[in-house]
Amino acid sequence: MLTKRIIPCFDVDRGRVVKGVSFVELRDAGDPVELAKLYDAEGADELVFLDITASSDNRATVYDMVSATADQVFIPFTVGGGIRTTSDMKTMLELGADKVSINTAAVNDPDLVNEGAYRFGSQCIVVAIDAKGVGEGWEVYTHGGRTPTGIDAIAWAREVVERGAGELLVTSMDTDGHQSGYDIPMLRAMSEVVNVPVIASGGAGGPDHMAEALTEGKADAVLAASIFHFGTYSIREVKDALSEQGIAMRPVADRD
Amino acid sequence: MGANPSLVVVDYDAGNLRSVERALAHVGVDAAITADWADVSRADGVILPGVGAASDTMAKLGERSLTEPLREYVASGRPFLGICMGLQALLDHSDEGGGQECLGLLPGNVRHFGFDHLKVPHMGWNQVTWLREHRITSGIPSGSYFYFVHSFYPDPADPELALGETTYGFTFPSVLARENMVATQFHPEKSGEAGLAIYTNFANWVREAA
Repeated sequence: MLTKRIIPCFDVDRGRVVKGVSFVELRDAGDPVELAKLYDAEGADELVFLDITASSDNRATVYDMVSATADQVFIPFTVGGGIRTTSDMKTMLELGADKVSINTAAVNDPDLVNEGAYRFGSQCIVVAIDAKGVGEGWEVYTHGGRTPTGIDAIAWAREVVERGAGELLVTSMDTDGHQSGYDIPMLRAMSEVVNVPVIASGGAGGPDHMAEALTEGKADAVLAASIFHFGTYSIREVKDALSEQGIAMRPVADRD
Repeated sequence: MGANPSLVVVDYDAGNLRSVERALAHVGVDAAITADWADVSRADGVILPGVGAASDTMAKLGERSLTEPLREYVASGRPFLGICMGLQALLDHSDEGGGQECLGLLPGNVRHFGFDHLKVPHMGWNQVTWLREHRITSGIPSGSYFYFVHSFYPDPADPELALGETTYGFTFPSVLARENMVATQFHPEKSGEAGLAIYTNFANWVREAA
């Protein structure tokens, strides 16, 4: 049967992996290509790179990273951050990324979702939604979680899927970086209005949180960074724990 | 056995072309990427990759004058591997986009999943059960996981064409094989070690057949 996916995420700044705690404090956790190979060997089902490099002068570092990853890692990977046009998408896909993720650019120009899906296929267009609880619902934030948009996150999810998004990467600004669990009500609300896979992000502290997102939150995949990068849990430990709870996992191959 | 067999990957602007090339390079196989029908005609092994729409695929193959050379290549009995859209293109017809005639190298149709209760596309890692022995699956355990991304599935007219099957809502043939033709609905180039083994097995087959 189709398995739920475990996806390590790398925030990359000038070719190095960093991870923000609530998007503010950054710590260096290593070389992206080496980490990608390690996680592939450990049983990661997919990888996500989010490029947070501020200056466009440093774009070449990301191009090199994407190309080197594609040469050495044979599981799907997504690249996000700084992708504003279909030309940016084409560059990343040609360098070897399987999917591109857009966030602020989609809010600024929703037609970018349609154009990307039309040119490259829905399967490679991921829309990342950063949202924060407000009243009964959730509000979309852009620019790495700094800018409120006034857009309702559930309505936005439905809209981008209608426009051709093939997958949603949903991050809760409230839970991100706290390792106290994903925002289950938001995930569930979003999963219930779309017919494409939802990747849960923001708040993983351990396998129990992931199990919650995949069952009660109805997510198809869970993304985590810190718990993997700092060795709190290995992918294998997470997969073993989730399998024990009856969640379908691709088993980690034993290697010599 | 030829010293330097020619293995070509057909270039018709398929999105996964470079990934296939990289996977082959990783397992030590030197493949030529080509859009030239003459290269296809004289190849010892041909891989037809593919993601995207059936209509685009058939249009591009036609524009590049590859349709007949592919048919002739397959008829010659040399090893052929199709991937994802490269599998679907082998059948008679696809229901995609209001209907598209395909290469007709294998009898059957390509149909939409059309689920209400399951997400479409079928995307992610799923198991493939081998239904018989074949050199392309040599050394890969039945029940191994491979990476899928597709909204349409093959429905061959002859059930004997199925070499592997997968369950998503219902059980469908996820690997087809007949004589010198093998085709996978999943993406071996994105399926880790099990996927790379498919390419190694194919390259060995090409080497021995050359």
